[in-house]
Amino acid sequence: MSRTNWHRVCTTRDLILDAGICVLVEDQQIAIFNIELGTTENKLYAIDNFDPISKAAVLSRGIVGSIQNRVVVASPLYKQHFDLETGQCLEQSDVKLLTWPIRLNEDTVEIALDSQ
Amino acid sequence: MSGEKILVVGNGMVGHYFVEKLRSHDANVDITVIGAEPRPAYDRVHLSSFFDGLTAADLALTTREHYKELNIEAHLGEQVVHIDRGKKQVETDLHRRFDYDNLVLATGSYPFVPPIEGADTKGCFVYRTIDDLGEIYAFAQHASSGVVVGGGLLGLEAANALKNLNLKTHVIEFAPGLMNVQLNRVAGETLQSEIETLGVQVHTEKNTTRINSSTEGRLTMEFSDGEELVTDMIVFSAGIRPHDSLADQAELEKGIRGGFIVNSECQTNDRDIYAIGECAAVSNQIFGLVAPGYRMADVVVSQLADGTLHFKGADMSTKLKLLGIDVGTIGDSLGRVSDSLKFDYKDERNQTYKQLVTDASCTKLLGATLVGDTSDYEILHQYVINEIALPSQPESLILPNINGGSNLLGVDALPASAIICSCHNVSKERIEASVSSGCHSVLEVKGDTAASSGCGGCAPLLQNLVENKLAELNIEVSNAICEHFPFSRQELYDIVRVEEIRTFKDLLHRHGTGLGCDICKPAVASMLASHWNEHILKDQHRGLQDTNDLYLGNMQKNGTYSIVPRVPGGEITPEKLIVLGQVAKEFDLYTKITGAQRIDLFGAEVHQLPSIWKRLIDAGFETGHAYGKALRTVKSCVGNTWCRYGVQDSVGMAIYLENRYKGLRSPHKIKMAVSGCTRECAEAQSKDVGVIATEKGWNLFVAGNGGMRPRHAELFATDLDDETLVKYIDRILMFYVRTADRLQRTSVWLEKLEGGIDYLKSVVIEDRLHLAQELEEQMEMLVDSYACEWKTTIEDPAKLKRFRHFVNSDEKDNTIQFVRERGQKRPAIVEA
Ligand code: SRM
Ligand SMILES: Cc1cc2nc3c(=O)[nH]c(=O)nc-3n(C[C@H](O)[C@H](O)[C@H](O)COP(=O)(O)OP(=O)(O)OC[C@H]3O[C@@H](n4cnc5c(N)ncnc54)[C@H](O)[C@@H]3O)c2cc1C
Ligand code: SF4
Ligand code: FES
Repeated sequence: MSRTNWHRVCTTRDLILDAGICVLVEDQQIAIFNIELGTTENKLYAIDNFDPISKAAVLSRGIVGSIQNRVVVASPLYKQHFDLETGQCLEQSDVKLLTWPIRLNEDTVEIALDSQ
Repeated sequence: MSGEKILVVGNGMVGHYFVEKLRSHDANVDITVIGAEPRPAYDRVHLSSFFDGLTAADLALTTREHYKELNIEAHLGEQVVHIDRGKKQVETDLHRRFDYDNLVLATGSYPFVPPIEGADTKGCFVYRTIDDLGEIYAFAQHASSGVVVGGGLLGLEAANALKNLNLKTHVIEFAPGLMNVQLNRVAGETLQSEIETLGVQVHTEKNTTRINSSTEGRLTMEFSDGEELVTDMIVFSAGIRPHDSLADQAELEKGIRGGFIVNSECQTNDRDIYAIGECAAVSNQIFGLVAPGYRMADVVVSQLADGTLHFKGADMSTKLKLLGIDVGTIGDSLGRVSDSLKFDYKDERNQTYKQLVTDASCTKLLGATLVGDTSDYEILHQYVINEIALPSQPESLILPNINGGSNLLGVDALPASAIICSCHNVSKERIEASVSSGCHSVLEVKGDTAASSGCGGCAPLLQNLVENKLAELNIEVSNAICEHFPFSRQELYDIVRVEEIRTFKDLLHRHGTGLGCDICKPAVASMLASHWNEHILKDQHRGLQDTNDLYLGNMQKNGTYSIVPRVPGGEITPEKLIVLGQVAKEFDLYTKITGAQRIDLFGAEVHQLPSIWKRLIDAGFETGHAYGKALRTVKSCVGNTWCRYGVQDSVGMAIYLENRYKGLRSPHKIKMAVSGCTRECAEAQSKDVGVIATEKGWNLFVAGNGGMRPRHAELFATDLDDETLVKYIDRILMFYVRTADRLQRTSVWLEKLEGGIDYLKSVVIEDRLHLAQELEEQMEMLVDSYACEWKTTIEDPAKLKRFRHFVNSDEKDNTIQFVRERGQKRPAIVEA
């Protein structure tokens, strides 16, 4: 049986609006993006920081944006786009990144890792 | 015809067109093609683009693989030397025999070299194949002057090529005027005087009698009038002759001017042998253009099937840019038909000449000549080929309309059946249908209909038609930078300037949709920088930067960064060199001399960047912007302070220029160089901005490029003093920043700029747009507000906070692994 295990990873002061940062949670590198959708709504995303195409842990340093209504990050090395919601690579259908639930608890950013 | 053996001799433009057409008509017919050139068919019409950097692959019309897919047997690099009409067999130079049921000769033509003694000396060339051009190019690298023999269409095209290879160029013409096959005397003179203002020397009524070569390898041409001309190389372009050598042996009839005589079915006197393209003579006429050849190919495809098509002669209209001068001739441009009437208009101020030829009743246009301005070519051409009724005063079609606007019909007024592309026989109707069926750009329509993929002459008309049709269908055409802004880079640049926009968010709210992306964000960041020059890591700009700008270093393959401090002009003190060594040693960085006279330190992890840069800045270094679309380096040679040949202080000038333009953000990177004399050790002619010292000052070159598509810089101005040099560079750079597309180097920008270098000169030197002052002021502002990005960064704790791999841990990125090689570290290869 799996139980949601929320980890406190950083605070809102560590976030950068419309850009990424990287956190380490139980040996897992996770890229966190804080995106302003419209004028009022902000949304957090958590995806694997490791880019399986360039084989480097760099996705938190990519440019974020939207491609036909999907919120994406572009890999800084070879510019493939990854859907922040699902981790799906837009250019290569067989590449999909891990994603994690992420939430704000007051000023604290929390990520859920499944633990058995 | 299925199952029959069709053998095609010659794999040029027409032979290729024929086999493709035949295959699409019949999937089963047995097709074999034998071509003498070593490569499959290529675009000979655009052969000269080879000198603009297009490769054989770019010019290729097909590939061996593609022929295989089409089940066409191709033997290339093999020549047919014998036809046995009895056995219905041909034999090649490799002594192989091939059977045929029908033989199609598409052997084209070869350049005519007049029988002049010495015409085969080293340094003499012809202009017909990719290999010819390759040889000309190689030879021209060590030549300073060249002569083209022949002042016809192809001769002038060859002259243009020599001029662009930086040779002092001459054209020798036997007749009294240039292009005398197409142009009347006045038109020829107008063309000649324009060409001469470009520095190409034209010698008419000159008959070459001998070519002698001297011991230094130079060539002396002797003329019948006793004069002589010394040059390094000669290109013969004195007309073409049909490749009809197979005719005599096979007893095929030849025309008066050569060529296999064919009837309107394109059949020779042997009804199983056809001839098409430039090797065929129809009523003793040879057609030296590609479109008539294609029509002949269509005829033969039809003859082999049902026999409905016949060749009815061809339209020989042409529109060309010869040495940058527009020339167009349409239909019967010389008015050979009796009773025809002529209307002339000549404007000496603008060096233009136009002539119409009409029938005796002035109701039909028979032909036209346009020199200097061919903007009305397409429409006048339509009047001729579609026999559109002339207005009551035909001269109104060429007279300037004092009240503005045009007297000519628009594309919408053309009949649906009007042939727009005569190379591929594509009608207006067909193009409009293509747009309606979903091809919404010229490129797509071109792919769908083949229109404009021949000589390209119909391109403006095609564009016009496509745009009209799109407007009619209410479909918007877009040159938008990406899906978030309906504007081109230049339009966005103007919006930022006029509306004084300072942030990406503001621009997006006012003019865009969505969130932006990795295309528009860095582009806008660069525009904001060239207007306001704020620190690129300010919070509102941070998320816009390409990775490299984001951490002020180039990201390497394993996620580490490189560090390239500025070394202006490549001059460095021993003290600074030692610091570079010490820092590299301390942080264990891989060290390499770059290709641009400075030192690159590789393998720094994000968290190390600030401490490395602190050490460097304390030692007096600044950021080198190796990561930015910005000024990179100004390379120098040692110049007159040390070198025995130097005539100016090239190092001093390079350092001055580098310090002046450092930090300038631009559409793409900018590189410069300054050489101390004409020996050019700094390779200035391969840079965006190149400066070469002269006895009197500096020669300025622009728009050179190394990299993927090398291009020699063009001479912009000569013998400038220091102040004028800098003033011109200020203006050129700012004008480039303002008008170029994103990621467009100055080379491509100048090539795309309407009017090219002459236009740029008129803007920068003559101040034609009244912009000079504004451009200089903008540059001055940028120079004054320069600050080293790394210095500002290490002084700001908030910015420094971002230089960590993890925000919640001091651990290092454990995916980064190095191994050691030749005494230094390098990234370990990641297993797949
Ligand atoms: C380090 C260096 C190679 C070296 O070890 O010598 C280098 C390295 C790179 N070059 Fe270069 N180029 C280097 C000199 C050159 C030169 C030679 C020169 O500048 O005199 C050229 C040809 C000249 C020219 O640009 O006209 C050159 C033509 C390119 C091009 C092709 C540009 C083009 O217009 O075709 C690219 C790709 C691009 O910019 O899109 C490129 C891109 C790159 C990038 C940025 C590729 C990338 O995105 O990662 C490399 C970054 C390595 C790094 O992190 O520093 N580099 N590159 C040289 C750095 C010079 C410096 O001190 O700043
Ligand atoms: C520089 C230049 C610019 C031009 N510009 C234009 C233009 O703007 N517009 C325009 O309409 N036309 C232009 N032309 C002309 C155009 O290229 C020709 O009309 C066209 O290529 C003719 O095609 P073709 O197939 O008949 O002959 P080619 O393209 O000459 O092909 C004939 C091929 O047959 C091969 N061959 C010959 N004999 C044999 C043999 N015995 N066995 C096997 N193979 C053989 C030859 O090697 C050659 O490859 C230009 C030509 C040149 C050189
Ligand atoms: S370009 Fe001239 S001054 Fe410079 S090093 Fe070469 S020879 Fe000397
Ligand atoms: S007319 Fe030659 S390509 Fe259309």
